[in-house]
Amino acid sequence: MNLHGIRAIYRFEMARTFRTVMQSIAAPVLTTSLYFIVFGKAIGSRMGDIDNISYGAFIIPGLVMLSLLSESISNASFGIYMPKWAGTIYELLSAPVSWIEVLIGYVGAAATKSVMLGLLIMGTARLFVPYEIAHPFWLIAILLLTAVTFSLFGFIIGLWADNFQKLQVVPLLIVTPLTFLGGAFYSINMLPPLWQKITLFNPVVYLISGFRWAFYGMADVHIGVSVGVTLGFLLICLTFVWWVFNTGYKLRS
Amino acid sequence: MTDQTSAAIVRIRGVNKTYASGFQALKDVNLDIKRGEIFALLGPNGAGKTTLISIICGIVNASSGTVIADGHDTLRDYRAARASIGLVPQELHTDAFESVWSTMSFSRGLFGKAPNPAHLEKVLRDLSLWDKRDAKIMTLSGGMKRRVLIAKALAHEPRILFLDEPSAGVDVELRHDMWRMVRELRANGTTIILTTHYIEEAEDMADRIGVINKGELIIVEDKKVLMRKLGKKQLAITLRQPMRSIPDALDDWSLELTEGGHTLVYSFDTQKEETGIAALLRALGEHGIDFKDLRSSESSLEDIFVSLVHQPNEVTV
Ligand SMILES: Nc1ncnc2c1ncn2[C@@H]1O[C@H](COP(=O)(O)OP(=O)(O)OP(=O)(O)O)[C@@H](O)[C@H]1O
Ligand SMILES: [Mg+2]
Repeated sequence: MNLHGIRAIYRFEMARTFRTVMQSIAAPVLTTSLYFIVFGKAIGSRMGDIDNISYGAFIIPGLVMLSLLSESISNASFGIYMPKWAGTIYELLSAPVSWIEVLIGYVGAAATKSVMLGLLIMGTARLFVPYEIAHPFWLIAILLLTAVTFSLFGFIIGLWADNFQKLQVVPLLIVTPLTFLGGAFYSINMLPPLWQKITLFNPVVYLISGFRWAFYGMADVHIGVSVGVTLGFLLICLTFVWWVFNTGYKLRS
Repeated sequence: MTDQTSAAIVRIRGVNKTYASGFQALKDVNLDIKRGEIFALLGPNGAGKTTLISIICGIVNASSGTVIADGHDTLRDYRAARASIGLVPQELHTDAFESVWSTMSFSRGLFGKAPNPAHLEKVLRDLSLWDKRDAKIMTLSGGMKRRVLIAKALAHEPRILFLDEPSAGVDVELRHDMWRMVRELRANGTTIILTTHYIEEAEDMADRIGVINKGELIIVEDKKVLMRKLGKKQLAITLRQPMRSIPDALDDWSLELTEGGHTLVYSFDTQKEETGIAALLRALGEHGIDFKDLRSSESSLEDIFVSLVHQPNEVTV
């Protein structure tokens, strides 16, 4: 293991994060606060409880997931896209590091940052809505698992993208809709029966449901299924990255 | 094992490269770089120099062939091979927001070495970058960025250093500093492979020279041998009266009539004991051929290079 190499990449990425602290931390916290004010307070006060949870509290897990997903993806995708774009990737390609080490460095840094952000948003939410956490261990586990999985997914997007537009297109056109339709703002039981079936093809449903279970002990799908689906997605991403690094696809001509 | 079998620190065997576009950039390249030498790779634009270096360093995949660096296969044993290689790329690829010091520390770590501020300081001082260690790279000039790239390549104390066009965009003074440093590195046992378009640089610096053209390595030779074998000396004799043709009496010398019959050019081999100049001048006197000027010239590496690249088939070494 090239531990010095991993540390170098991780540090480099964390330094990049703290250089852009306004954009990477302040902006998502502000956005989430706005959601709480609008949906939690203004609209939420007119909504009935869902499964005995006030609407303001009900949307917290979904909102945290929303930020966690989009930040994980954008951090990791930018992290690997920038060296490709600036040409500095030559150094990574010529260095004695394996793909596992590169992943630990980049994905580790991106995931660290999103977990920090997730905790920060949960703290912010507490200012607006009182809530208790039913399963703290599972909450942290799901937070970590999701951050790692989607940072890895972002890393893949960054590898694949060869222009800025491609870098944005997957988060904007796929991830954001899936998250909004993933039950962040409603329970899937509230959908018509047909849509309840269709929505089960949306992987984000499992994430939000699992996360909400960790908060309040209630869920749309079983927690085991949630964790299983996420692990499955993680495995698919890992296989893909392994293949990319071994064939040099889009990295080595 | 490698020290026993040969002094080659880099062995390139049967390397071919065809890019995805279908363009064949390298054709069956075989080359040994000797441990501790300065090797200059010359060739016109697009000859395949960068491609070859990129394959050795792991940036480009070869279509076929093998490369052994410091005793390690660059594919199967890439960790050990790459750890001993430093690369200064041709293009100025740098981070913008990093400081000189942090980008150098990053390079050292990436190549698996524990931090060593004393080494980084020495390299920065040698490159006159010490004052700029805290500057963001984007605030540096082009020549300074080039030096930052050199500093990054040296951060992990490589045994093999590739310099792809190191003097592009670098002023004369810095170039001299750089070459002094390259000589120092060599004195400390580093093997250096460089490409350059400044032929006098190769002439000045290199121990051996390889010429590559259209993806083919057309010659690899000790610099001195190359200059001796291919270098010709010429004596130009400016005549008082132009000539229509070379008189039969001068057949013993291989002469050429140029400049509309105003100049006789005699090419001779500098290695021979007898140049034949004295006899030629006597013969000219005997036949009443008057001349007003004599000039002798030696072909430079540049002439050799041009003749190699333009008529590769006519040159046999
Ligand atoms: N990624 C690529 N895809 C397709 N063709 C490429 C690629 N990279 C280089 N080439 C082609 O391969 C040939 C060799 O390029 P290379 O960069 O190795 O030349 P070079 O000898 O370094 O030239 P220069 O002196 O201009 O730096 C060129 O014709 C170039 O157009
Ligand atoms: Mg080149």
